[in-house]
Amino acid sequence: MSIDIPTICLTNIGPLITLSVAGLLLLLFDAFSGKAMKKAHFHQFSLVAVVIALLQTVWLWNRQTTDFSRMIYVDNFSFFFNVIFLLGTGISIILSVHYLENYRKNYGEYYALMLFAAVGMILMAAGGNLVIIFLGVEILSIPIYILSGLFREDLKSNEAALKYLLLGAFSSAFLLFGIAMLYGGTGTFYLADLAAFIKKSGMNGFTYVGMGLLIVGFGFKVSMAPFHMWTPDVYEGAPTSITAFMSVGTKAAAFAAFLRVFLEVFPTVRMEWDLLLWVAAVATMTVGNVTALAQTNIKRMLAYSSIAHAGYILVGLIAGNQLGATGILYYLLAYTIMNLGAFGVVIAVARKKDNYLNIYDYAGLGFQYPGLAAVMSVFLFSLVGMPPTAGFLGKFYLFSAAVEAGYIWLVIIAVINSLISVYYYLRITVIMYMQPAEADLGPVAMTPVVNATLIISALAVLLIGIFPGSIFQLAMNSVKIFGS
Amino acid sequence: MNLPLLIGVMVVKILVVFVVFLTTIAYVVLMERKVLGFIQFRYGPNRVGPWGLLQPLADALKLIFKEDFTPPGANRFLFVLAPVIVGLTAFLPLAVIPFADKILPDTLTIYGQKLDLTVASLNRGVIADVNIGLLYIFAVASMAVYGAVIGGWSSNNKYSLLGALRLSAQMISYELALGLSVIGVLMIAGTLSLVKIVEAQQHMWFIVYQPLGFILFLTAAFAECARTPFDLIECENELVAGYQTEYSSMKWGLLMMGEYGHVVIASALTTTLFLGGWQGPFLPPVVWFLLKTFILIFFFIWVRGTFPRFRFDQLMYFGWKVLLPLSLVNILLTGIIMLYMPR
Amino acid sequence: MQIIFFLLAATALISGIMVVIQVNPVRSALFLVLNFFALAAIYLLANAQFIAAIQIIVYAGAIMVLFLFVIMLLNLRQPEEGGAHRHLGQKIFGSSLATAVIALVIYKVFRMIVPPGKPLTPDFGSTEMVAKSLFTDYLLPFEMTSILLLVAVVGAVILARSKVE
Repeated sequence: MSIDIPTICLTNIGPLITLSVAGLLLLLFDAFSGKAMKKAHFHQFSLVAVVIALLQTVWLWNRQTTDFSRMIYVDNFSFFFNVIFLLGTGISIILSVHYLENYRKNYGEYYALMLFAAVGMILMAAGGNLVIIFLGVEILSIPIYILSGLFREDLKSNEAALKYLLLGAFSSAFLLFGIAMLYGGTGTFYLADLAAFIKKSGMNGFTYVGMGLLIVGFGFKVSMAPFHMWTPDVYEGAPTSITAFMSVGTKAAAFAAFLRVFLEVFPTVRMEWDLLLWVAAVATMTVGNVTALAQTNIKRMLAYSSIAHAGYILVGLIAGNQLGATGILYYLLAYTIMNLGAFGVVIAVARKKDNYLNIYDYAGLGFQYPGLAAVMSVFLFSLVGMPPTAGFLGKFYLFSAAVEAGYIWLVIIAVINSLISVYYYLRITVIMYMQPAEADLGPVAMTPVVNATLIISALAVLLIGIFPGSIFQLAMNSVKIFGS
Repeated sequence: MNLPLLIGVMVVKILVVFVVFLTTIAYVVLMERKVLGFIQFRYGPNRVGPWGLLQPLADALKLIFKEDFTPPGANRFLFVLAPVIVGLTAFLPLAVIPFADKILPDTLTIYGQKLDLTVASLNRGVIADVNIGLLYIFAVASMAVYGAVIGGWSSNNKYSLLGALRLSAQMISYELALGLSVIGVLMIAGTLSLVKIVEAQQHMWFIVYQPLGFILFLTAAFAECARTPFDLIECENELVAGYQTEYSSMKWGLLMMGEYGHVVIASALTTTLFLGGWQGPFLPPVVWFLLKTFILIFFFIWVRGTFPRFRFDQLMYFGWKVLLPLSLVNILLTGIIMLYMPR
Repeated sequence: MQIIFFLLAATALISGIMVVIQVNPVRSALFLVLNFFALAAIYLLANAQFIAAIQIIVYAGAIMVLFLFVIMLLNLRQPEEGGAHRHLGQKIFGSSLATAVIALVIYKVFRMIVPPGKPLTPDFGSTEMVAKSLFTDYLLPFEMTSILLLVAVVGAVILARSKVE
């Protein structure tokens, strides 16, 4: 029996190969290298891998093709998301170094798992087949389950890992069941074929159930209400660097898959799912914002804020037009930078071993560390969505897309929610600048690399907020595949 | 086509094979005692019948008349189920092992009915020529561990439980090496059907192409059968008799039959995979098959008589760090040779 | 064939339910093994022999043995009585909601006209066919699965290893 190997082009999965190989090499280094040399070089090695992957991604710009028997799309949509993921992974790695050293947990596996998680994200954004998307979800999730429980002696970390694992496995089952239902109803896993089938012969019982289950599965990953319950506990218990990583990485990847599946497969039956998502979006925003008001732990507060942001992004998905998709991409990029920046400051202020995570520990920061407080303020303003930051324009695009699509009430609710969010974000700014420090909490360890990263992130948030043109164009280009 | 008659022929064939197998098991027990006796300068059993040849019968009678004891606190259903599983998993692989080429003509006339015996390979020396034969054997063999685990747990005895835990760890560890060591054979033969694997060895036994694979397979098979030097589960001085501790009467007999059944099956499988199965000159195929199988069984006994037992950590080390990497290397080597040295 | 399928499906479902409602973890695990066997037999009915064999070798033969191993090693006791009546309201609400959803799904699915299936190729489900699709169309998922498994192994080692340094 002869097997015809289909033609494949390895450059199309260049980033995947680089990240996977780097992850494997890191594991080998960790196992076989001497003690002295290994500690210092893991993060540098993984950063180099991320940069190479980024370059390879840039190389793939403007290819419109599929590869591996149509298993993955190589298009601008996956290009844009690859940039987001690699940026998120890179910044998270930089933020992790000092934090892990404090805990004496500077393992090679930590960085290897991060790189593998990035592989999963890329697969989710590029998947042209539901099998690939599911594999992506798992390759992304399993490293994060593990990294959440990295601090085994910390009960909260254990709780986070166990909760995330159990609920994540549950949601994966929903996703898988949905995929099976779609397969049962249409006989294919390929997104393009699914779309053609549904366009031609409409929905049937299986595809309805499948679509519903997909919403549940993806909704869990983006922490959409009512599937958001895990978020605060996991975000609070996980190591802060991992919280930062998953708050942007998982969310962006899940939205990438969500967007691709729903705008490619189900655009012809929009009426079937937009009401469902409408309710979910309103619930997500409201639950996130209202509960965030009551939080005094900054990690929990940011967890609820990330739920709220998922709600805003859903508004763009419900709008379902070009502007909405563009807005989602733009917003996710902005969110990645600003949220990672905020978590970077949280890591710095928490000092050794997460001692100071209460929001009142930020009192007096504006006088003690004016630079840190300034960048934190920029990130917080951006999270609120105040001009001239990137967060403002992101929300502007999302909401105007929804207005364009006729969802006036949704936008009104979203704007009200944004107003609510002003309170809890700005409260931190107020505490930083208006309240005197109650006690000397000890010095904040700053390394030049982290400082530079935070400053550049803050500048980036401002820059793409003031001059959004090029990023907006890029996002526009990236969503052209969804012709509607 | 006459279905009832065909089924009748099939049943007769299965019964014959089964009875032969049971007799083999019985006499393998005797053979082991005799050979061990020879190795240790003793006589071995020699009272019942000429040279002790009726000893298996006596043993069976004795076992049947013994008290059938169930320990208090045991889970009755599972306690009975365990020996059944052990026995079943020892018998089931027999279905796919080819013991001869053709044993019956293509057509047969019974009661004036002409029967086409090529249906379901009735005329061949195998009960079922399944095209995933080898996988079937592995599937059944992987079930064998349940007998031990369930038996050990349901006995409500700590020695039984410890023995069961040891055995399950051991079997899972060595199953990997066992499975990987035959991949080389599969690569050369290009099929999972045991009949076709035997036919592929018409010109040369696979032991010649796969010397490393043969050694690895045999070693892992020793461990899977829990034979010396891997018989830690019934390490008398630590565990009494492992998971069999609480069993008595014919339940224990079934466990014993399972154990020796595994030895016979392992030998037969090794013969099939590496030693050309029933292939051989002059003598009829069945004789060749039995001869090779019994030489391997003798080897099993020989090792038992001469080798000391491993320690548990050595056992794990050997399984994971020696056998497993070597079997992977074997696959790699086979692949390279097949790629660059076309025959 | 139909009768066999329904028998197997019933076995799979009932054993699946038993896995959930059994209090004793060892029995749960054993029912799960039964469930895997029923599934393997259903695969056989669907002409997927390779998958059936792998189902037994991997799930029933390796994974469940490890499950049992761990359960026995931890020697889990039966949980205390009295937990059954807590959250009664939630239970009633949840189960009625679930029943409603299931009823809806069954209603929808039974009313739909199932599109006619494609005829099977003669070597469908054989080892060669599985291998062929794994190394052609499903090459990328196949390779990615290896990363998934590696990640899981690394994770288990990290979380389980004794304290270093």
